[in-house]
Amino acid sequence: MNRDKDEGTPARRALREQIDENLKRVYTAALNEELPDRFRDLLAQLKAKDSTDTGDKG
Amino acid sequence: MSSSPDDRPASPPDPRDRLAGAIPRLRAFAISLARDVTMADDLVQETILKAWSNMDKFDPATNLDAWLFTILRNTFYSSLRKTRREVQDSDGAHAATLSVRPAHDGRLALQEFQRAFDQLSPEHREVLILVGASGFSCEEASGMMGVAVGTVKSRASRARKRLAELLHLKEGEDMFSGTDGATQAVVMRAAVAGF
Repeated sequence: MNRDKDEGTPARRALREQIDENLKRVYTAALNEELPDRFRDLLAQLKAKDSTDTGDKG
Repeated sequence: MSSSPDDRPASPPDPRDRLAGAIPRLRAFAISLARDVTMADDLVQETILKAWSNMDKFDPATNLDAWLFTILRNTFYSSLRKTRREVQDSDGAHAATLSVRPAHDGRLALQEFQRAFDQLSPEHREVLILVGASGFSCEEASGMMGVAVGTVKSRASRARKRLAELLHLKEGEDMFSGTDGATQAVVMRAAVAGF
């Protein structure tokens, strides 16, 4: 019913902000991980495969 | 190749061409969910394959990231159900595989936070990353997770509470000032848990 109950007190909001700030750091750390080449290669393979059997697509 | 997001070409590009651009975010989500880079990369690979062959089912008017994230999390949960292996063991493995480059400010707090985050259930990590970190609305997350919006909100709130418990934080306490106590408590708890 009262969906803002959790966000009511300033203390709760402050805690929530700190948690979210750290969540963003965790996510950003993951985002900054170096991408392996395998995904680029995979996409290139898929693309090449699609252009060879252009039968039923498109 | 669409490099800048503000460039709107006259004809809509093939969504397949947008896959490459979405991979970093997809992988960050996978790492956050699986807490293991090897598993995350396998998930991303499988997601790309599925997305590629099902691209005709993607509605270009909708959010490609959300669509890809949904495929990935469904793949993750079904493989989790199949292999229920020692996911709990990820503490040390994760620390070894993820290169965390700590900032000079609040570095300990972030590492403690990561450790606590690792101890959450995948469902709790998922909801927190979706609505807390990657900026999806509760409505979008609800569609991706296949649950009601109210469930997203209550799950997010429970997950935050659990995190705070793991970090021994109470309302009004600062995550960065009382690190020593919290650190010790987390270490003690881990030792007691006997992982």
